[in-house]
Amino acid sequence: MGDSTVTRSQQQLAVSQQTQQHQQGPYVSVITNRTSNLVIRGAMLFSVGVFLALVLNLLQVQRNVTLFPPDVISSIFSSAWWVPPCCGTASAMIGLLYPCIDGHLGEPHKFKREWSSVMRCVAVFVGINHASAKVDFANNIQLSLTLAALSIGLWWTFDRSRSGFGLGVGIALLATLATQLLVYNGVFKYTSPDFLYIRSWLPCIFFAGVITMGNIGRQLALYEYKFIQEKTHQD
Amino acid sequence: MTLREQLREKISAAFYRHGLLCASYPVPIILFTSASILTCCYPLLRLPLPGTGPVEFTTGVRDYSVPSHEPHGDLGERPDWYRGPPVAYIQQVLVKAAVSPWDSSLVPVDVFRSPLGRVFSLLEEIRNHVHSDSSGSRSLESLCLQVTGLFPGLRRMQSVLPEHGCLLVSPGNYWQNQRELFDSDPDLLKTIQKHEPKGLHTSATLRDLLFGVPGKYTGVSHYNRKRVVTYTITVVLSSYDARFLGSLRARLKQLHPSANCSLRDDHMVHVHFKEEIGIAELIPLVTTYIILFAYIYFSTRKIDMVKSKWGLALAAVVTVLSSLLMSVGLCTLFGLTPTLNGGEIFPYLVVVIGLENVLVLTKSVVSTPVDLEVKLRIAQGLSNESWSIMKNMATELCIILIGYFTLVPAIQEFCLFAVVGLVSDFFLQMFFFTTVLSIDIRRMELADLNRRLPAEAGLPPPKPGPLRPREVPPPPRPSPHTITLQTPAFRNLRLPKRLRVVYFLARTRLAQRIIMAGTVIWIGILVYTDPAGIRTYLAAQVSEQSPLGDSGGAGLPPHLAVAPVFRGGDPTSTLSIHAAPDPTPLPENQSQGHHGSGRSGPLPQAPPAVPQITWGAEDEEGWRRLSFRHWPSLFSYYNITLAKRYISILPVIPVTVHLSPQEAIETRHPQDTRHPPLPVPKVSADLQTDLTLYKVAALGLAAGVLLVLLLFCLYRVLCPRNYGQNGVAHGRRRRGDLPCDDYGYSPPISEISPLLLRGHSMDIECLASDGMLLASCCLAGQIRVWDRLSSSSSGCWEQRDGWDGMSSATEPEGFGSEGCDCAIGRDSLSEDEAYPVRRRTALPWPTLFTDQPDLTPLIDTNFTCQPPSHLSTPPRGGFDFGGLVERAYMEHEPPSPSAYPAPSSASSSPPSGAKLQRSPSLGDAAGPLIQDRASAAGGQAAADWESSVWAMELRGNLIAAGRSSGKLELWDAVEGSLRCRNEDGVSGITALAFLNNRIVAARLNGSLDFFTVEIKKPLGLLQYRGPPGRGSMPPSPCYSSEDVISLQLTRSIQCAHQKPITVLRAAAGRVVTGSQDHTVRVYRLEDSCCLFTLQGHSGGITAIYIDQTMVLASGGQDGAICLWDVLTGSRVSHVYGHRGDVTSLVCTNSCVISSGLDDLICIWDRSTGIKLYSIQQEVGCGASLGVISESLLVTGGQGCVSFWDLNFGDLLQTVYLGQSSDGQGVRQLLVLDNAAIVCDFGSELSLVYVPSVLEKLD
Repeated sequence: MGDSTVTRSQQQLAVSQQTQQHQQGPYVSVITNRTSNLVIRGAMLFSVGVFLALVLNLLQVQRNVTLFPPDVISSIFSSAWWVPPCCGTASAMIGLLYPCIDGHLGEPHKFKREWSSVMRCVAVFVGINHASAKVDFANNIQLSLTLAALSIGLWWTFDRSRSGFGLGVGIALLATLATQLLVYNGVFKYTSPDFLYIRSWLPCIFFAGVITMGNIGRQLALYEYKFIQEKTHQD
Repeated sequence: MTLREQLREKISAAFYRHGLLCASYPVPIILFTSASILTCCYPLLRLPLPGTGPVEFTTGVRDYSVPSHEPHGDLGERPDWYRGPPVAYIQQVLVKAAVSPWDSSLVPVDVFRSPLGRVFSLLEEIRNHVHSDSSGSRSLESLCLQVTGLFPGLRRMQSVLPEHGCLLVSPGNYWQNQRELFDSDPDLLKTIQKHEPKGLHTSATLRDLLFGVPGKYTGVSHYNRKRVVTYTITVVLSSYDARFLGSLRARLKQLHPSANCSLRDDHMVHVHFKEEIGIAELIPLVTTYIILFAYIYFSTRKIDMVKSKWGLALAAVVTVLSSLLMSVGLCTLFGLTPTLNGGEIFPYLVVVIGLENVLVLTKSVVSTPVDLEVKLRIAQGLSNESWSIMKNMATELCIILIGYFTLVPAIQEFCLFAVVGLVSDFFLQMFFFTTVLSIDIRRMELADLNRRLPAEAGLPPPKPGPLRPREVPPPPRPSPHTITLQTPAFRNLRLPKRLRVVYFLARTRLAQRIIMAGTVIWIGILVYTDPAGIRTYLAAQVSEQSPLGDSGGAGLPPHLAVAPVFRGGDPTSTLSIHAAPDPTPLPENQSQGHHGSGRSGPLPQAPPAVPQITWGAEDEEGWRRLSFRHWPSLFSYYNITLAKRYISILPVIPVTVHLSPQEAIETRHPQDTRHPPLPVPKVSADLQTDLTLYKVAALGLAAGVLLVLLLFCLYRVLCPRNYGQNGVAHGRRRRGDLPCDDYGYSPPISEISPLLLRGHSMDIECLASDGMLLASCCLAGQIRVWDRLSSSSSGCWEQRDGWDGMSSATEPEGFGSEGCDCAIGRDSLSEDEAYPVRRRTALPWPTLFTDQPDLTPLIDTNFTCQPPSHLSTPPRGGFDFGGLVERAYMEHEPPSPSAYPAPSSASSSPPSGAKLQRSPSLGDAAGPLIQDRASAAGGQAAADWESSVWAMELRGNLIAAGRSSGKLELWDAVEGSLRCRNEDGVSGITALAFLNNRIVAARLNGSLDFFTVEIKKPLGLLQYRGPPGRGSMPPSPCYSSEDVISLQLTRSIQCAHQKPITVLRAAAGRVVTGSQDHTVRVYRLEDSCCLFTLQGHSGGITAIYIDQTMVLASGGQDGAICLWDVLTGSRVSHVYGHRGDVTSLVCTNSCVISSGLDDLICIWDRSTGIKLYSIQQEVGCGASLGVISESLLVTGGQGCVSFWDLNFGDLLQTVYLGQSSDGQGVRQLLVLDNAAIVCDFGSELSLVYVPSVLEKLD
């Protein structure tokens, strides 16, 4: 295989790239465009975060209310208006951060990269929330231990990356701290005043949420990654 | 060998055996599995059915005592919820009141005003009732359920429902239980209506709550024909006191005796309510289910390459579901009663159990070698995945066990279910799903066999590859050739399916019809079921006309019945519009009175008009007609939940009230008479219901319109006109990144490996085949014929013989000529004189038919140092092999003559000896010419080894080869001997067509020569060899070696085209030529007569397709594709599809496929000329195309062959031809009739058996 072959193929590839870029429609170009891709991913993650926040908040509200009168659909929005957007923003950030960190660490996440697994992860996350809201635990330590075990199980089943674990723990701690600060300052209040109760389940839920959002974010980033990979192959 | 490996081996072997078992006895195993599923699910029958409807339990009143909290073992028929005191006891007082006798002077309002007014006195009575006996006196206040305030959200109910004190509900609540308010209310109906909710509530409205009977039975309306008003006073008691209730009952009965009432009062009904599911609770539930379905969808989407994708997906879901059912059944069998809400934990259970194993199994089985037996495939697939399956299973069990030790009862129960579910799921996977999979695979094989049967009918059954071990599960075989399954992410480009659906919809106008029919049905249902609609109207009509229609009218003499019907025009009736439903009062009254007296005559103290009020069995438990949410909603107003609790409903107390007309007139409000008696309120009431109806209709219509619009928008967004372009470009997987699965699992490697036919020393230039034989010609001028052994059904081609036009004993010469050919190219043919390379052709082997393996090393050793692809790049003239050739010549000179005694006669054969009258010995000697290049300069070369073969055709066992020097040669493909030749032409033959026994040769100068092959048979026998090519082709005669074959130029058209002919195709008795002069010409084959000259291209013709159906497609350098009608010569369609030359054109029955220099493959609809979609390929791929079946397209690429699904534009597979894929493009591709393809791959020929899997996509 001489040099000439290489140069020829390079020429061909260059030409092909031009033509391909020319021919790929707006959809592909949007996907491949880095900024717009980022925006799209962010928007999707944001909406997912808002949705999950609403639903899970409802679950938590249910814990304290026995029966809903017929016209209390508004209880979906029973928490402060800024909570869902905050959750959405946080999830968008996390979902973008995960693939970014993967890229910087140079160890692309290879474990179970497909939508069905992501769906499974989301289902387990909702299940953890469900359990924490519905199941009556004997004491708070039991609750927090169970939730911690479940969260770690979630990470082991769907992530298994050290960076993911570290990021999850870090963000969970930060978020718990922020929440506690808010509670102290009276900006935010829980239905149950039990301080220990909050402290026990909050970090685990945050951790599981971080893992879930990271999973979704990585899966979304996979599309861009694929295109980039193809490009580099062509180069 | 470590323990782990041993374990692994054992598990693998066990799975292998199990797979064999499953695939061998599918039916018994499936029966067995179904039986075990049913057995395990049998205990489920004892569980109550899910649902939120209330459950009832009836006990007697007499011996009633409040049930204790402790469960009693002996009371078997008692439901387990019947423990402890109920939330409340409900005592209803059912009041039926009527004004009797009805007087014609009464206005409609009188029907209900005074009867309703009696509620206040009754209320007084009930409130003030005191029962005193030895144990003290009790009043209602002490017994009733005390409520404290309404639920905060119900401000508007405040005025109506009691806020403090006893929960006592009656219609009087509308007027705050004050007679004065009632009396001063000008419009009772309006007051009642005022509190009705605005929305579309159907049940448990305030009206129902207060009246205690469903709205239509109350009789509070202006057109109440029976003139009986029914309502209840509902007393909610917190504790049960039989004596107080008994005295209340007696008192009320005494005050208002119900004459003909025979209601039973010895039963009380306990109603248990299930957990109420509110919207707030429903949202998370729905979310989890949505996630579950998304999970199932994304999982089953990956099932691929099987006969019935959806069938397998269904089987997978059935596996999971029935394993869940089995787990619940088993748990109940062993005494564990499920206490968790099944609907809530179900999605999580499914997610925990998962569909992964099923998918992995499918994938693994599908990727086993196709040519194996089904049994072995299943077994291999199972054993390949055994380790990972067992590992996953163990992990999950571990996790669940950890969950079990959390010691939280709910989680423990969940874990228990999950463990049993996992185990039963494993069992079902192993038995049920594997068997279903084996059946599916077998079906696939059968379908495939049927398809292939014609081609292989005469062949022995396929033998599995002898190399594969049968009994032991083979380790993954390392193979250089990979088959890449496509990535799931790219699978969503199923455009034409959508297109087909849309076409179908458009064609049948299905959507409109369905919408129309649906609307009609819907309106019908609405009209029929609406309470104010046609049904009641019809019922009214019927009851009007038929004397039997009224209740209890059985004893009515018929002659009386007819009379009232036709008195509709009675002047007293003010109804003109709705005359029919409102009969004249008088006759009916009489008839009812008559009827009533007939029935209840013997009653004492009954005034004549009493029987207006009747008591029936339906009144006994009137609350049953209420919505089952009646009581929960009543209690929920006071923030009391009935979920998982029960209430006891005591037998109803009947109260009959008769009012005289005098009373009715007295209680009248002044405005009642001022009202026009009937129509106004009636219309308003009608309007009310009608308005809801219209609202519903309008909403529905709007929703429908919105839906249609939405669908339309979706269609516009998702299906742009330009199908292939906007989609994701098809990425062809490179060899480098192995398709590693997302589970870290890479599919077993390679089930088909292309068969490489080695032997040529240079790049292959021409390929020809007639189905049985395959001829190839390389740049070196070597023609090789390959034959297929009859038994090689598994795709083994054996090289039958090899013979060289140019002797390979002196390879260096070949080398030199290779350099020439490559540099010259097609356009400049006569330039090989520019290379004064001293050439000689040495002798061929003494025996022409040596086995190829002897030859191969010789060629390879000579040429490995210089890959052919390299040769095309050097600038022309840059190589001078003179010295090299000289030396080689010197080396080879001595052995050549000695080894092969060259017949000198051959060398001195006459230059014009075109028709070499052959004899076997001469034929053998035709090749060995030792000739100097100088002496050949005048074109006098006898066998002309110098010119290269530009075109080649193979029919029967004759190979027609057109050379660059203009010579046409006929070779015997079997024997390798030159049968005859024609040297008339001087211009190089650019294209050849060989049809029947005619050969058409197109030349570079634009002339077209028609030859006829004449066979003179010494023995006069003409035998046919084997099945001919494609079925439609005329059989090619077989020429035996004794025949004398001559080639006769029948006609030569000198100026067929102005410029060189580029393409020549022949089919269906037509010869079509395309030239660089922008025209296409159609000739008749028999008489060489030019039928049409087709003009339409604005560039040279580069591709032509014609087939038996006389469809002609041509593509040109302008990128245009024209479809022509060969019969008329008219242009059918003309489309531009490519930027640059159209390089190849193929048609199927429904579409035209073109590829261009822009590496685009376009698929056009054949009849309309509309582009269906296009596929962007990698660079340098698109030159060669082949259609294997209606839906399978093959394209050649850089060192690989790709298979595409024509229906969807999906890349099915890419088969890599060799190790070093880069740089060698597949330029020629030939589809053989038995679903094999042959393509050139550098100096090798590659035979790829189309994997049967490809055709098995559903």
